[in-house]
Amino acid sequence: MQVLSVPGSLDQQSVDDLMNAVPREADRRTLFDARHVRWVDPNGMVGLLVAGAVARDRQATMPRLELPESGDVMGYLGRMGFFREAQGIFEFDARVPKRPAGASDVLLEITPIRANADVHEVVDRVQTRAGAILSSKLGYPASAVVQFSVILSEVCQNIIEHAEAPGWVAAQAYNWARRLGRWVVVISVMDLGRGFKGSLADEHAARYGDRWSDSTALEASFLHGLTRFPDSGRGQGIQQIRRQVQRWNGAITIRSGSARIGQVPEWDDTPPLTEGMPHVPGAQISIVLPAKNGEAG
Amino acid sequence: MTDLPLDPIAIDVGHLVQRTVASLYSHLVTRQTGRAVRMAIETQLAELGERSLSLIDLSEVTVLDFSCADEVVAKLLQRYSGEDPTQAYFVFRGVHEPHRDQIEWVLHRQGLAAVAEVDPGRFDLLGDRSEPQEAAWRVLEERGLIGREEVGDLLPDAEQRHALDELVQRRLAFVSPITGRYHALSRLVAHLM
Repeated sequence: MQVLSVPGSLDQQSVDDLMNAVPREADRRTLFDARHVRWVDPNGMVGLLVAGAVARDRQATMPRLELPESGDVMGYLGRMGFFREAQGIFEFDARVPKRPAGASDVLLEITPIRANADVHEVVDRVQTRAGAILSSKLGYPASAVVQFSVILSEVCQNIIEHAEAPGWVAAQAYNWARRLGRWVVVISVMDLGRGFKGSLADEHAARYGDRWSDSTALEASFLHGLTRFPDSGRGQGIQQIRRQVQRWNGAITIRSGSARIGQVPEWDDTPPLTEGMPHVPGAQISIVLPAKNGEAG
Repeated sequence: MTDLPLDPIAIDVGHLVQRTVASLYSHLVTRQTGRAVRMAIETQLAELGERSLSLIDLSEVTVLDFSCADEVVAKLLQRYSGEDPTQAYFVFRGVHEPHRDQIEWVLHRQGLAAVAEVDPGRFDLLGDRSEPQEAAWRVLEERGLIGREEVGDLLPDAEQRHALDELVQRRLAFVSPITGRYHALSRLVAHLM
């Protein structure tokens, strides 16, 4: 068994390390050692599911997950619905906490996206929860809940329309007191599908010739709105997500295959394009929306 | 005697969404849902004959995403524009601030325009239009009705007079085949609101 140590702080900054470290060898089962995880956000949780699924598919056996020792982390993973989704991906002890009944502080639990109805479910859920969080924590106007729902709808549809494989979405609000001095909402959407390069290849690869790669495919979609569909009404989703995220001074990054592209504001030092990363199937989208200046929750 | 060979109808999109996707909420999200709603609208229009005016009511829609705006607004207009022999006119109701950006965007992207109620009782021309078209539409919208003989006085600029006819061609204004008078679409659906 090969041991993969899960970062103690598992968030959008460290999740790349986790996915990059998934062993490529098919002959030895992987142990994901998450005992020392002290902090996890939606990117970390969904990324852990993706990493586990990649290991499972490469090794044709479920990897083992050693659960966090922290009771707080375990409770939070339970509230976010992690264990429900982890079944079938990881083998882990059954000592997981029961999800508490009643009201939850969670903005959007880890939700599988497989079909059209799942997107409706996501939009229905956040309509009842997001308004208060966006206004009280981020200082956004009451109408922002609609634009927030539109972002979620479009980004989830990206899975259904382009990945041709299931994925997950999750969102939560945090006080990034040390990192940014403000509250943020973090949205994570990841899938295990064919990625941007695979989705666009039939329509656009020939035109790019030797330059066709994960990074050129990401640029084509993210910057130029290209899509595999000939219909000129298509390809707007990611363009509009970018536009709205920019209006809210937020950050969006998309990793697909071996590249990552991003549109980030001055408070985020993520490079606009990263190439040559270890290949991970599908697409991993992270969106961070900060509170308006002066809003601290 | 009326000079209007039109019998406008109202189509409640919120109701169609609930019927189409069985959602507790009236969210017009996902391309698949938008396509189903558009097809339901087209089915209703097919029963109206070769000339129709429809008030597409979005008032009860809480969330409208770009994919649905493309299907329910842009593709609906595209379907009945240009070479299509059916003369279908549309007014969109309930295009309040949360929906406006999505609708403006899909219209611009497809080179289309539409008459929309953006606040209760207030209409705008949204989407792709020239300045003379905007100016001519605004005059017609304020007057509600312009007789042929009034056009020269109300629109002294030749570009704007030409633009008025362009609005008719684009089905953003209606000209009576009986009297030749120009009608603002908003006035023709006023009794449905």
